Amino acid sequence: MIKHLRSAADLDADTATLILDTAAEMAALAGREVKKLPTLRGRTVVNLFYEDSTRTRISFEAAAKRLSADVINFSAKGSSVSKGESLKDTALTLQAMGADAVVIRHPASGAPHRLASWVDGSVINAGDGTHEHPTQALLDAYTMRSRLGRIDGLKVAIVGDVLHSRVARSNVLLLTTLGAQVTLVGPPTLIPIDVAAALSPGTKVSYDLDSVLPATDVVMMLRVQTERMQDSYFPSAREYSRRYGLDAPRMRKLPEHAIVMHPGPMNRGMEIAPEVADSSRSTIVEQVANGVSARMAVLYLLLGGKA
Amino acid sequence: MKSYLIKGVSVVGGKPADLLIRDGVVAGGGGKADETIDAAGLVALPGLVDLHTHLREPGREDAETVETGSRAAALGGYTAVFAMANTSPVADTAGVVEQVWRLGREAGLVDVQPIGAVTVGLAGKQLAELGAMATSAAGVRIFSDDGHCVADPRLMRRALEYVKAFDGIIAQHAEEPRLTEGAQMHEGEVSTRLGLTGWPAVAEEAIIARDVLLAEHVGSRLHVCHVSTAGSVEVLRQAKARGVRVTAEVTPHHLLLTDELAASYDPVYKVNPPLRTAADVQALRQALVDGVIDIVATDHAPHAVEDKECEWAYARPGMVGLETALPVVLSVLGEKWELIAERMSRTPARIAGLTGHGTDLAVGSPANLTLVDPSARRVVDPAELASRSRNTPYAGTTLPGRIVATFLRGEPTVLDGKAVK
Repeated sequence: MIKHLRSAADLDADTATLILDTAAEMAALAGREVKKLPTLRGRTVVNLFYEDSTRTRISFEAAAKRLSADVINFSAKGSSVSKGESLKDTALTLQAMGADAVVIRHPASGAPHRLASWVDGSVINAGDGTHEHPTQALLDAYTMRSRLGRIDGLKVAIVGDVLHSRVARSNVLLLTTLGAQVTLVGPPTLIPIDVAAALSPGTKVSYDLDSVLPATDVVMMLRVQTERMQDSYFPSAREYSRRYGLDAPRMRKLPEHAIVMHPGPMNRGMEIAPEVADSSRSTIVEQVANGVSARMAVLYLLLGGKA
Repeated sequence: MKSYLIKGVSVVGGKPADLLIRDGVVAGGGGKADETIDAAGLVALPGLVDLHTHLREPGREDAETVETGSRAAALGGYTAVFAMANTSPVADTAGVVEQVWRLGREAGLVDVQPIGAVTVGLAGKQLAELGAMATSAAGVRIFSDDGHCVADPRLMRRALEYVKAFDGIIAQHAEEPRLTEGAQMHEGEVSTRLGLTGWPAVAEEAIIARDVLLAEHVGSRLHVCHVSTAGSVEVLRQAKARGVRVTAEVTPHHLLLTDELAASYDPVYKVNPPLRTAADVQALRQALVDGVIDIVATDHAPHAVEDKECEWAYARPGMVGLETALPVVLSVLGEKWELIAERMSRTPARIAGLTGHGTDLAVGSPANLTLVDPSARRVVDPAELASRSRNTPYAGTTLPGRIVATFLRGEPTVLDGKAVK
């Protein structure tokens, strides 16, 4: 098993499949009255969050606690971090406390890579800058597999601000490793340069959502921050929504079986219409539940549990 | 003053000969001397001249001082370095440039020639007192806002025109700031993969294209700092073919390293302009051989440990380079001594109008020279650097060539590979 999960590229197909299978076992646990396993008793998991992200932090916290690990939440607010302590000094502190795993969310791309060079424990990337969010990709893959029965051969459209999206990068890497065909859709200003060469040679790019939808099994809508308008990535929220938003008429272009995903938090009315977000095709609430199972699987396997 | 007889040295790659140094000059091809240096197998080069060094004093003496930077320079084979203006306070007045110049004299290891800021506080709004700096004791001839681009085209035009009165030259840090907001590394495949904001090649090329046209229009001299892209080379090639008075430099690291190194997220590889692609590296090497790029300049940029041992995005850009420049160039060009002397000593001295450096080692010439052992190999150990900072991208790399001795006006600053003072 790998030691760190810094990027979805750390996962080969066998490892990723093992994590998804393990997540399924963990999910079965959620239906039981006692939702706890003793597996990580005596182990310490630190949630080191330099960005506000209640949902991801709670998800990791629930995952670690269900495995009986001791959880320390270390957030940038109200800690020595806000007094200007460097990441390295914080890392050495966590090291001295004997952290077995550090879950890090950080606004700077690559912060988990730096952290991994300063601590002995496992480092799990819970979102770094505009780089990656590998556990989100795992929970998304898990969700696709539970809904559609497979990942290999699926046609997945990832729509929106790919340029600034860590979710998109991790999903492209993981999904192509697992045999899916990914198409990135958005205005050209929000599609990163050389993206296929950078992430996976089979990745397609389209600027036309309507033409992509009829042959899509999974459409994943990314959050688009309205501040991007000020930077001329697109002219207005209304134009963005008209060209790249998923509303009910557009949703009807999807095949009958297709599902709609969103990593949250959503901008209802911007990239996704409320009736789409709340439709039966939407997996948005399931994704949250699956997040706990996927993160339990990651913690379990990285910290030396047997599958 | 001691005299030295350097025995059996190959002057700029020529046949082994003896070189007598006495009273600060090359005194002849033999004779009696106080000390004899066995230089069999060594190559003598005119002392190297660096048009682009950051000595950090005044302001960041924790990263480098004029003295420690001078020592690093001497150990790298340099006898003259040009100190960039982005100190604190900025070298934008006669007072600051004279201070740096005086500190250089006091250290006495290389000739430290201050570069003056083009604009007050490097703010890009208002011309600094360029004339006052030119007529100061420091005799400034090169002006640069390096670290920042003189982005305002009207201000750049005025600066180019104004310095003609005292044969000055504007050294431009070519970076269109609107195209590089938040930029962290070269924009391309690797930046997309790493999720780091891209610094597109066009941000450099667009400014160089504009500036060669401005220089042509007003008939002024332009020097382009740290050229880093194949596209910039093409713009320069065309401008030179048209007769524009433009010169350009390339750093050793842009001749050797590529953007793939950013994949470690180790900010020791973060530099501005950023490391580019292998195709850019090839184009830069060819341009250096062709003369489209005139010189190698180090952009020696020392940084304190805390400014590099951090997240990539929060790290300061820059690498130390004085002590590894010649070995890197040797590894890239091979033992082409004439070319190396031209690109690292004679031409930079000529661009700067610096007399007494970059001259042939003929009888009567100032004895500014360095002795290199081309057969030596060295594994770069950051702890051994004389610079106060350790941010070398070559840690653990084996590089050819060792600087055995350096002489500044006949006085050794380096002997047996060690600094004399």
